Amino acid sequence: MARVVVDVMPKPEILDPQGQAVANALPRLGFDGITAVRQGKHFELEVADDVDDATLAKIAETFLANPVIEDWTVRRVEA
Amino acid sequence: MRVGVITFPGTLDDVDAQRAVRYADGEAVPLWHGDHDLKGVDAVVVPGGFSYGDYLRCGAIARFAPVMQEVIEAANKGMPVLGICNGFQILAEAHLLPGALVRNHKLHFVCRDQWLSVENNTTAWTTRYDEKAEILVPLKSGEGGYQADQKTLDELEDNGRVVFRYVGENPNGSRNNIAGITNAKGNVVGLMPHPEHAIDALTGPTDDGLGMFLSLLDTVVKA
Repeated sequence: MARVVVDVMPKPEILDPQGQAVANALPRLGFDGITAVRQGKHFELEVADDVDDATLAKIAETFLANPVIEDWTVRRVEA
Repeated sequence: MRVGVITFPGTLDDVDAQRAVRYADGEAVPLWHGDHDLKGVDAVVVPGGFSYGDYLRCGAIARFAPVMQEVIEAANKGMPVLGICNGFQILAEAHLLPGALVRNHKLHFVCRDQWLSVENNTTAWTTRYDEKAEILVPLKSGEGGYQADQKTLDELEDNGRVVFRYVGENPNGSRNNIAGITNAKGNVVGLMPHPEHAIDALTGPTDDGLGMFLSLLDTVVKA
């Protein structure tokens, strides 16, 4: 078994109102110096050894992310 | 006219969509998300709600439901399909319509009666309207912001594929004030506002939404 991490982020040109709301809240909470926040999703998959990278990319592209509005990365990490 | 209305776990507006079909003298045929056939219907409505709890993304899981594989196949062959609200999100996720619906730009869930302009009265679902007619129907969504890249927007605009546009202040940050679009053939239409809630002045703001279901009747009778 391996652990695979898929990160999904809104594309830079897509408005991210949730990230903006977080960014706007920070100064109110006394945290200064944060100029921008973008909010995405982080998936951790436990994957059998025989699942290849192409399959993982397909999972990310067709299901975990919507490529119309989101970019994604897949990486294998130490479990 | 037999019109299938799909129910997914979390669908809310299937009963109103069925009622709207009956108001247009059609027979409403309930379809379940796990169905593998469309029961011989002439058209399909994918209604609003929160299919599968909106988990992952709105419509992302519903798109893979067994009944949707049948809908995708039938839509590509020309069957009229209407996606309302969550149904629009599902059709976008299923690539029957381009673009995507994202969180409203001001983050608030918007629930109000909304004026729309009919931009295309040649689709399977809009022939009963005059071009540029303004209609008042409920809008109730948290993720109704229509987004697409510039190339897609240009293609929609240049080919008259924007079917409905918001009139007045943009309620959710949709690009080009887009409330609804159609595919290249004009048989698949998706919109965020709810025509099925505006079919009788007794229970809705107007009966302006009924025109979509009467348009379908004309389309099916002609076919």
